Amino acid sequence: MSTTLTPRREPPQPSGPEVSSRRLTERVFRVRESGILAVLIVFVAVTAAVQPRFLDLANIQFVLINATIFALLAVGETMVVVSRNVDLSIGSVVGLSAYLSASMFSHVHGIPIPVVFLAGLAIGLACGVANGLMVSLGRVPSLVVTLATLYIIRGIDILIVGGNQVVARSLPAAFLNIPQDTIAGIPDMAIAVAIVVAAGAYYLRSFRSGRELYAIGSNPDGARLAGISVGKRVFTAFAISGALAGLAGVLWAAQYQTIDSTAGTGYELTVISAVVVGGVAIFGGSGTAVGAALGALLLGTITSALYVLGISPFWDQSIAGFLLLLAISLDRAISVRLLTALRLRSSRGAT
Amino acid sequence: MDPVPGATAPAEPEAPAGPQPDVLAGPRADAPAPGPGGADGPAVLSLQHAAKAFGAVQAIADGVIELRAGEAHALVGENGAGKSTLVKILAGVYQLDSGTLLIDGQPATLGSPAVARDAGIAVIYQEPTLFPDLSVAENIFMGRQPLRAGRRIDARAMRAEAARLFAELGVRLDPLRVCRGLSIADQQIVEIAKALSLDARVIVMDEPTAALSAAEVSRLFQVVATLRAGGAAVLFISHRLEEVFEICQRVTVMRDGRHVMTGPLDGLTGDDLVRAMVGRDMPVRTDAERRAPGGQVLTVEHLTREGVFADISFDVRAGEIVALAGLVGSGRTEVARAIFGIDSYDAGSVKVSSRKLRRASPTDAMAAGIGFVPEDRRQQGLVMDMSVQQNMALASLRRLGRHGLITGSAERKFATDWSLRLRIKYGRLTDPVSRLSGGNQQKVVLGKWLGRQPTLLIVDEPTRGIDIGTKAEVHRLLGQLAGDGVAILMISSELPEVLQVGDRILVMREGRLAAQFDHGQATEERIIAAATGQLEGQAR
Repeated sequence: MSTTLTPRREPPQPSGPEVSSRRLTERVFRVRESGILAVLIVFVAVTAAVQPRFLDLANIQFVLINATIFALLAVGETMVVVSRNVDLSIGSVVGLSAYLSASMFSHVHGIPIPVVFLAGLAIGLACGVANGLMVSLGRVPSLVVTLATLYIIRGIDILIVGGNQVVARSLPAAFLNIPQDTIAGIPDMAIAVAIVVAAGAYYLRSFRSGRELYAIGSNPDGARLAGISVGKRVFTAFAISGALAGLAGVLWAAQYQTIDSTAGTGYELTVISAVVVGGVAIFGGSGTAVGAALGALLLGTITSALYVLGISPFWDQSIAGFLLLLAISLDRAISVRLLTALRLRSSRGAT
Repeated sequence: MDPVPGATAPAEPEAPAGPQPDVLAGPRADAPAPGPGGADGPAVLSLQHAAKAFGAVQAIADGVIELRAGEAHALVGENGAGKSTLVKILAGVYQLDSGTLLIDGQPATLGSPAVARDAGIAVIYQEPTLFPDLSVAENIFMGRQPLRAGRRIDARAMRAEAARLFAELGVRLDPLRVCRGLSIADQQIVEIAKALSLDARVIVMDEPTAALSAAEVSRLFQVVATLRAGGAAVLFISHRLEEVFEICQRVTVMRDGRHVMTGPLDGLTGDDLVRAMVGRDMPVRTDAERRAPGGQVLTVEHLTREGVFADISFDVRAGEIVALAGLVGSGRTEVARAIFGIDSYDAGSVKVSSRKLRRASPTDAMAAGIGFVPEDRRQQGLVMDMSVQQNMALASLRRLGRHGLITGSAERKFATDWSLRLRIKYGRLTDPVSRLSGGNQQKVVLGKWLGRQPTLLIVDEPTRGIDIGTKAEVHRLLGQLAGDGVAILMISSELPEVLQVGDRILVMREGRLAAQFDHGQATEERIIAAATGQLEGQAR
């Protein structure tokens, strides 16, 4: 939560229950994000102890690259989930955008790479706008709408791609090199996505329309009574989620370099897991983009760690599932304890 | 819904008790108010001949309210008189079907909550509408947060401003804590701070004191005085008439969606208001239909659920209709739900024919012979998309099934039988129940339970939202069932219904049994007095 993270240079405040209740809430919200960091560090430490190669620069770069696409998707998904909605279509959007943008290189000779990125973004935006319109104007639950578009967009993708695929040969070297480019050892892609994550977090924290997404997720009826244009805000969240998924599709093409009609399949579930593991409440109202991105990084790290340790990928999925359960039960436990603590304090404050 | 004769307008005849309200509405309304300023200030907001219907239900037929700068204006009326609808019209949530709204003498349309807010109207709802995950300060300023460069939210200014508002209100509340876990009183303080921050000229408070302790109420009254001194108009809605007299200068009374009177409170008594709120004819169930009750069927002893109801003890005998009256929120429905086992309870016991029921087990309650017709038939009583016959058979599936399979013909026979007995009007038994009128839907719910031949039937607001003709029929049915020896516990907010149907009347107030009347002793005035805590007669 934004306000709880601001430095405590408060105006003259009465002492007593107020201050301690704030400290408590602040601590809890820090716990959410630092908890993920702690798990991440433990995981890296254990893996490195068994297999020191895990901490090689090349491997760290590999892990970061792996996590970037999920982190990017997690930012958009956070905006949607925070407003008590869900976007299941992002995996299909990634696939469609990956194929269409990569095939542009063979259709338009010498097309500049930024134009391809813009095209991917536009494709995603169009999908997001369609989702947003159906949810906000059609008043259809987003779970149903985006489940439908998950299949529809994938279907369109399969229609267009058929049995074809785009292969590395047809892609320009500069495009293929994107995942390898680094600044001071840090992959460009990771830096770019970090900037997007920061921007998304800042938007959600410091702008009225961002805060209104939390209000909508926290109490949709109350949001309407407070005069918030719920439809408009939810529409925007879906549009952003779609646009980021389109962007992620282009990155997917650059990273995997062979694109057929299955690109991005199942990504939506990984991203939603990452978002929830990252502390975003699945029924909206709380959570941050930074937490969600950390969740994506954690899941990505686990995948790589298991690979390095030579453990069957089966465990990857199971561990992700266990983490999800852990995150949810932790959330539940924290919120119950926080609630009783706050109740106690306010009753003490009243007497 | 089927158009039902008489449903579009509450064609309640202006009752024999009619003259008093007119007298009250007459000359005194125009007399200059002797109260401390305010009541003769300029009209800030005025609503005339407002009408609003929901489907066949006319929630407001002729709503009139005029608020003047610097006054606290009370709006009183029985449950269902249309007060809450009127509040939502002022809040911009509902749009008028017809009528005029003037703000500062200019015609205005409140098309949405945002428009109402911008027009300077702040509403504090009965149920606070906060965002539990967000901080107190954000709740106050949502959508209007102070900004700094680049349209970014100025969190420090927001926090400081919230702290200032709380200081003004004289309360200690941390602007940075999340709203989740705040007491109702503190939530209301947040809502009031929101109204203050809006610089609202009209502040509507819908039952603000319902959940407050005495100390919190007096704090609220100070706030109202402050608001008035600042030139705002406060519309105060409360069932507690003593509060109305304490802080308001003028009053508007509504009944059945219509304006009854408006006038200064000076010179009025609580009895005057009650009479204006009630005034209508009261048809009485004939004594011939009433019989001496049989043995005890339901025995409730010291039933307590913390914070909801406490120490409820009563019994219902075979062939007796016990009416449970009281204001909305007094705990009546909760007691019924606890008896039927939908909710648990903390202490006490429920016995049916001397067998103690397990708590929180509707299955056990049904096995003991209890039927429960809930308040909200659409959500809880019926499966709206299922057919008439399926709905009716729902509680008797075990009996109708053969080797666990339900056959259509058994279901149909059962449904035909009961719909004949209850005189249900339907197209086909296979039509979805949502196509029936409200009254017929209610009969389907009744039929569903009657098919189990209950020994005790609990009915919660059995005639809410159904037209007068069907209402009478439901009353006739209940009487007939009692005649057949069924014990009936009826919750009702409609006093004529309570008086007409009940053999014995229990009145709840704030989670406790406040009074008990036998059929002969009860009057509407006595029940209202007991329900609102106005000490009158033998209430309490």
